[in-house]
Amino acid sequence: MSGRDWFSVRRWWSVVRKEFLQLRRDRITFAMIVGIPIMQLALFGFAINSDPRHLLTGVLIEDHSEFTRSFVAGMKASGYFDIVAELPDEEAARAALARGALQFVLTVPPDFSRRLLRGERPALLLEADATDPAATGNAIAAALHLPQSVAAKDFTGPLARLAGGQPPFEVRLHSLYNPEGITQYFIVPGIMGVILSMTLVLMTGLAITRERERGTMENLLAMPVSPLEVMSGKMVPYIFIGLIQVSIILLAAALMFHVPFEGSLLTFYCAALFFIAGNLTVGISLSSLAQNQLQAMQLTMFYFLPNILLSGFMFPFQGMPRWARWIGEVLPLTHFNRLVRGIMLKGNGWPDLWSDVWPIGLFIVLVMFVALRFYRRTLD
Amino acid sequence: MSAGAPPAIDVRGLNKSFGAKHVVTDLSLKVQPGEIFGFLGPNGSGKTTSIRMLCGLLTPDRGSGTCLGYDILRESAAIKRNVGYMTQRFSFWEDLSIRENLDFVARVYLMPQRDAAVRRALEGLRLADRAEQLAGELSGGWKQRLALAACMLHQPRLLLLDEPTAGVDPTARRDFWEELHRLCALGISVLVSTHYMDEAERCHKLAFIAHGRLLVQGSAAEVVHSQRLATWSIQGERLAELADRLQGEPGVDQTVVFGSSLHVTGHDAAALGQAVTGAARAAGLHAAPIDTGIEDVFIYLMNKSGTAEQPVAS
Repeated sequence: MSGRDWFSVRRWWSVVRKEFLQLRRDRITFAMIVGIPIMQLALFGFAINSDPRHLLTGVLIEDHSEFTRSFVAGMKASGYFDIVAELPDEEAARAALARGALQFVLTVPPDFSRRLLRGERPALLLEADATDPAATGNAIAAALHLPQSVAAKDFTGPLARLAGGQPPFEVRLHSLYNPEGITQYFIVPGIMGVILSMTLVLMTGLAITRERERGTMENLLAMPVSPLEVMSGKMVPYIFIGLIQVSIILLAAALMFHVPFEGSLLTFYCAALFFIAGNLTVGISLSSLAQNQLQAMQLTMFYFLPNILLSGFMFPFQGMPRWARWIGEVLPLTHFNRLVRGIMLKGNGWPDLWSDVWPIGLFIVLVMFVALRFYRRTLD
Repeated sequence: MSAGAPPAIDVRGLNKSFGAKHVVTDLSLKVQPGEIFGFLGPNGSGKTTSIRMLCGLLTPDRGSGTCLGYDILRESAAIKRNVGYMTQRFSFWEDLSIRENLDFVARVYLMPQRDAAVRRALEGLRLADRAEQLAGELSGGWKQRLALAACMLHQPRLLLLDEPTAGVDPTARRDFWEELHRLCALGISVLVSTHYMDEAERCHKLAFIAHGRLLVQGSAAEVVHSQRLATWSIQGERLAELADRLQGEPGVDQTVVFGSSLHVTGHDAAALGQAVTGAARAAGLHAAPIDTGIEDVFIYLMNKSGTAEQPVAS
């Protein structure tokens, strides 16, 4: 096969044109494009709750003392915090929170134990990534309660005077990104990924099986169009559909739910484009695997369920067992959820987002390879 | 076409099975440039499978050959660019208009002067004023004509037509065959499968396939001659009764009623003559030997191959 057989822009464009023309006459698909985002937003707009533990926590300790150690031990014992990092400075702490590498950072100020012994009731600073209030809420409650239990257990003997009455020190909470803990700030951006996954995978999933069922595939196969031209050509209209949906949801997020938008709109659309491409490759692959439209729908559902459950949309990611998180890490939706929240709520830029961009890119390449591999060039 | 030109189709020993079903067995065909080659056989005999193997839509299990000089196994991309394939079932896009369908085809084949080609095709179809109508709204006959126009749009050197005139009215069929002869005068080769016997007679060469095996091929005269059949015709009324009586008589292999005449065909010319003249005399009817027609031969072949299905006699 020569290169011209493999891909010709003009032939590819003929497929793109054809798909647009057909889409224009497909009323139901059009209704889906607008209807599904609005319906889903209305349905999921309320809170989804849960109680995750083992949240990733970093410590920034500038005063190593027995009290500090026993407070950290108390945090671990609560089950909510896994101390995974010791941070050198405030800057590193903020960066880790912005990337989503850590949910909490505990800062122990330099003169903590001295002031504690003097009875000055010093404060520990607990910074929380409150993007997902459901995920961090219980952990915060546990942390705020810790001073009392630590004091009751550890402050014995000569220190007993510190244990009575008010706790001898306090934990000052600093909720970052979503200080009021409004669940909708978390849920609404999450819905975007779910809606895009659902509609785009389903619609492209039907794209090739539809040709097969209507008998037009035989004609298409007899023509000199290559698999790559057919598949990528069929994706193009849906890229526009995806972008329309993104815009609808963004508008709804701003107007109906008053979700703030901290980051750059351009960055946001770039990330969305990446995610849309990921979904379309999945849809096209399912379509080339399935024998008919019914099978394509079943496969779509099969793909869709783990996306809903394991991507951190429905249940907080950190609350899932390790194997489930591994599956979740493979799914583009998991990464897109982080990207959307990162851009909308944290105002993250590309350096912060990169760790969630490349997995989607890798996913696209691998899945497209599968799609081309399974595309039937003949009627065998 | 010069005598040195390679055959349009030259395949040997093609085989294809789907699961346990052996659909095509040892198919060998040679179609010369500028020839109209008729492909006959009952439904399910492997005609469509054979045609699909020729244009690269199916990979043969065994066998080899060329189409327009290109290897059918390795050069299917080149074959697709130079062959027009018309599927048995209408396979253009019903949610595209007539013009959009033709335009898509022209674009896919990277045709220069695309608009002119589409306009010519529309005028040829006499559909210029209905160009914006959706293909799905056309009647069966018009769909066939659109499909034919679309598969000829890129000026292929070989047409593979799978029952192109099924369900088309006689006038349209006549127009269609005139068009085919005009094309083959330009050097285009055509392989056409059909059920219609009058169409078989319009082909330069014929092949008859049953149960995936090619039984005979050659010109109409060669095909008729090859079976060495004798045929008598009896004119008159109540021919069906007479036909029943003749069935099973020595020398009688087949009886077919064509309106007001009964064709009686058999291998053994002497025994057949005796049986027919005797029966005709008894019924008070006149019987005479005639030349065996292509139709008699095909009915004979079809019965011999064990399929109950009858061809459509026109």
